[in-house]
Amino acid sequence: MPTTATFRIWRGNAQGGKFEDYATPVSEGMVVLDAVHQIQADQANDLAVRWNCKAGKCGSCSAEVNGQPRLMCMTRLNQLNLDEPVTVEPMRAFPSIKDLVTDVSWNFRVKKGIRPFKPRPPDAPDGTWRMQQADVERVQEFRKCIECFLCQDVCHVLRDHKQFDGFVGPRFLTYAAALEMHPLDEERRARELKTTHGIGYCNITKCCTKVCPESITITDNAIIPLKERVVDELYDPTVKLLRFFRRK
Amino acid sequence: MAEYETHEYEVLVIGAGGAGLRAAIEAAAAGVSVGLICKSLLGKAHTVMAEGGIAAALSNVDDRDNWKVHFTDTMRGGQYVNNWRMAELHAKEAPDRVRELEAWGALFDRTDDGRILQRNFGGHRYPRLAHVGDRTGLEMIRTLQDHGIHKGMAVHMECTVVTLLKDGPRVAGAFAYERERGRFKVFRAKAVILATGGVGRAFKITSNSWEGTGDGHSLAYHAGAELMDMEFVQFHPTGMVWPPSVRGLLVTEAVRGEGGVLKNSTGRRFMFDDIPDLYRAQTADNEDEGFRYTQGDTNARRPPELLTRDHVARCIMREVKAGRGSPHGGVFLDISWIKARLPNAEEHIRKKLPSMYHQFKQLADIDITKEPMEIGPTTHYIMGGVRVDGESQMSTVPGLFAAGECAAGINGANRLGGNSLSDLLVFGKRAGEYSAKFAREQKPPAIDARQVDDAAKRAVEPFERSAGNEGPFQVQFALQELMQDLVGIVRSEAEMRRALAGLEALKQRADRAGVAGHREFNTGWHAALDLRHLLTVSEAITRSALERKESRGGHFREDYPDKDPAAGTFNIVVRKNRDGGMDVVRTPIPPMPAALKAIIDEYK
Amino acid sequence: MSTAPVVLHRRFGHTARRDAWWIQPLLVFFALSTFVVYATWAAFQGEHYTYGPYLSPFYSPEIFGGSPHSWFGARPALWPGFLTYSPALLILPIPALFRVTCYYCRGAYYKSFWADPPACTVGEPRHSYWGENSFPLVLQNVHRYLLFLSVFVLLILAFDAYAGFWFHDPDGGAPRFGIGVGSLVLTANVVLLAGYLFGCHSMRHVAGGCVDQLSRSPLGSRTYACVSCLNRRHMVWAWSSLFMVGFADLYVRLCSMGVWTDFRIL
Repeated sequence: MPTTATFRIWRGNAQGGKFEDYATPVSEGMVVLDAVHQIQADQANDLAVRWNCKAGKCGSCSAEVNGQPRLMCMTRLNQLNLDEPVTVEPMRAFPSIKDLVTDVSWNFRVKKGIRPFKPRPPDAPDGTWRMQQADVERVQEFRKCIECFLCQDVCHVLRDHKQFDGFVGPRFLTYAAALEMHPLDEERRARELKTTHGIGYCNITKCCTKVCPESITITDNAIIPLKERVVDELYDPTVKLLRFFRRK
Repeated sequence: MAEYETHEYEVLVIGAGGAGLRAAIEAAAAGVSVGLICKSLLGKAHTVMAEGGIAAALSNVDDRDNWKVHFTDTMRGGQYVNNWRMAELHAKEAPDRVRELEAWGALFDRTDDGRILQRNFGGHRYPRLAHVGDRTGLEMIRTLQDHGIHKGMAVHMECTVVTLLKDGPRVAGAFAYERERGRFKVFRAKAVILATGGVGRAFKITSNSWEGTGDGHSLAYHAGAELMDMEFVQFHPTGMVWPPSVRGLLVTEAVRGEGGVLKNSTGRRFMFDDIPDLYRAQTADNEDEGFRYTQGDTNARRPPELLTRDHVARCIMREVKAGRGSPHGGVFLDISWIKARLPNAEEHIRKKLPSMYHQFKQLADIDITKEPMEIGPTTHYIMGGVRVDGESQMSTVPGLFAAGECAAGINGANRLGGNSLSDLLVFGKRAGEYSAKFAREQKPPAIDARQVDDAAKRAVEPFERSAGNEGPFQVQFALQELMQDLVGIVRSEAEMRRALAGLEALKQRADRAGVAGHREFNTGWHAALDLRHLLTVSEAITRSALERKESRGGHFREDYPDKDPAAGTFNIVVRKNRDGGMDVVRTPIPPMPAALKAIIDEYK
Repeated sequence: MSTAPVVLHRRFGHTARRDAWWIQPLLVFFALSTFVVYATWAAFQGEHYTYGPYLSPFYSPEIFGGSPHSWFGARPALWPGFLTYSPALLILPIPALFRVTCYYCRGAYYKSFWADPPACTVGEPRHSYWGENSFPLVLQNVHRYLLFLSVFVLLILAFDAYAGFWFHDPDGGAPRFGIGVGSLVLTANVVLLAGYLFGCHSMRHVAGGCVDQLSRSPLGSRTYACVSCLNRRHMVWAWSSLFMVGFADLYVRLCSMGVWTDFRIL
């Protein structure tokens, strides 16, 4: 491992910006966020970067390192080629605020538009429910999400096609899946998934699954099962017929 | 007063971690308008780092558990200087707060009959921690967040409060800046709840994120409220020690709860060597019994690794100082050894401790199912904080409430693992409830333009100083170094005197620190403004620690290594005097009602 | 919601990635193209699709056709004379459309053939985008029906594979059990196709994924677990079965043409 490395960091704001090179000492065990902090403390006090836990648990330090959407705190320098400058840029799907910080407020607005949890009446007289671990586990996978929004960043529907008005993105399809598959939830979201949440925009390229730092199998375990549920509800005449007769 | 963006709420909550969110939900449910300020984005607060679980006597796993046992455990853990009323309310109300989370969508791990599973934890007599693997904090904050956003509260993200505003003796609101553009905001509120978390960033080795700069403690102090128990800082025994960039990062106590053992470089389980008398009756005296306890044998006693955090941390320090430490200055924590006892141990470890597995694999190239971890103590939590009324969570300033880590009382001299999350819920709810009640009974306060202008002027001062001066980060590093070295796990009169002098010098350096650039998302400027809070809490910790001339819980004095029964009758309180100096007073603990005393005697 | 974010304009192929991101879509492009070209050519041949007891999977079930495997005799009189007829044309659309609507394959060919996107975080050639939200791609939602039809075809292929173990002596008499390399090829084909079909995402939904409290149904739990297990390697099943079905046709074809000789193991 070399003793110094160059980091090519994007500096700028919504109006525009450019890459600037910073050389900084590196040592064993360092992650990209450490290098950025060092640069911030020694060379560029006003370098804007979001971070909180530095342990891959809060999902604040999302950025693109050498073009790959990553958490800076979980990207070790020994995984990178330090002989050439390491590029660090903000998530490109979202509007820039400053340097590595982007405006992710859209995500918070989207979440509000998804119907909240609505449990069935309690199972026991003391107001509690009974759930089996096996049923809970399927949803627990989705609830591992740390809302780093890397999946939103990498999703081409948002990143390249800017469908911010018609598509909620992988994060919120996963959120909807966690609610839909929750053993206690009784709300129905299939129609909205098709209309306002735009699940049909997803074309299963699985980029979201690849970048997820929590290793959530977003596409196969959340989005595709939701697509199937939407088919049940809106496209499949047999299911409709079955339901019709069952109700009779 | 210059024109600032102004917001008006009946209740203003500062901090959006577990306590802040819970308070905001409760206040909104009571029908008052609520503003919620978060220093970061919503849902990123330090609560996400909580791993082990939420302590509540649900008695789902062991039906001998009840609130009385939980109360007794909490008081014993806090070495009896807790606010007993808070400990009582906490033990009684925690189960309901946990069940409530489930009604809002939280998915805890389950027992075989489908109820909430509970795990063992240090200092808790029975399995008591409701949990989700080792990411309970994330589950809790996400549940509160997802529930809260539909309750009609206004959320101000990436907004930092610089000072509280007052109208005569009562609180009138807050003056803040938003990070994105650096613009100032004035909040007018009938009641303000502080839920700002801890002070870990005052120390060099800490598990806290950058946000833990003691804002709430300092805001309250400067607004005239009292801080209590500030000498009690919890050093978590198990933080990562290597690689250097993650030094201090938390390794959950659940590792020990699942059977992990501490060993020194000679391979000895040194925790068996020093079991305090207070706990001798409940602690296993051999390896086999300890292991059976971690695997759910209700007749076994707990292994010494699960003694209280203050004690374990000191034992680790002792091993390191005696030269029996690990290569990077810690000791070994080994969970892989359970292979010898359990079939499928590797799978079991990955399932029970997924994020620990992940953390060590990714950050240190260590597979915890195969090799031991290197760990050492890390600054984790402050038991002290704003002195509040146990029932209502109101401080000595009318209208100013505090909940969670930034409030004092429930934990006494040492907090038990798992009691923090339940503390957030129980007292977050109470703060929300009583602040709404208070707000409804009051007329809107007046905003004093002079206070606002003063605060604004002071806030932009770092830009007016020469940017050629020392930067704020250097001052912060020096402060962390000083507190770690002189007011850390082991303290003494002489060192703390030096610390006080050092803090004086740092105050002057902070007053000279300059910042370049403009106000848009300028992290240097943010660091400069946080310095005032850090300096305030550091001084409060040091002065309180000087005043407590004994060793108790998280506070250990080399020059007074023993517990002094006489010192168990008072709390140490600091407040700002008229000249702006810090007064330190001993405040007697009110006598405990006979009924509670009887409970302690029964379950001791 | 918010206005479109300001980002750099991204040209086709623009990316800051440094790895060889283009290798995978290119491989998929060539592999799929090769298969499609071969399968189309083979389907239109209308000959050399049987050899001994073997029937090419492209031609099974042979509903109308000239070989002894045919169910209803020669080609229907209604078939317009100017159109090329081959028994494969009646049946091949089912597995073909199954693959076209397969969740894994969709993602793969959208990338390789339509560059939508070429690879993750790589700029795209077009700015318009409808996804599977509207016609024509909304039709992908028929996948489960094609699954049911394909399972039916799979059963017949299983029968064919079984029949592939019973050889007729040239001098007549009852068929005798034997094993040729072709028997094994046809069997392997059925096994791989079964792994692909029973690990399908729609199958996973039907097998239990549609239920939130699966633990209440022990049978459902088990089927869901089995399908999920196969589903985790759906991509591998998809490719291996694709290769094998093409190879099975090629094998029968080359044996029939006399290029290869079917080696009898037993």
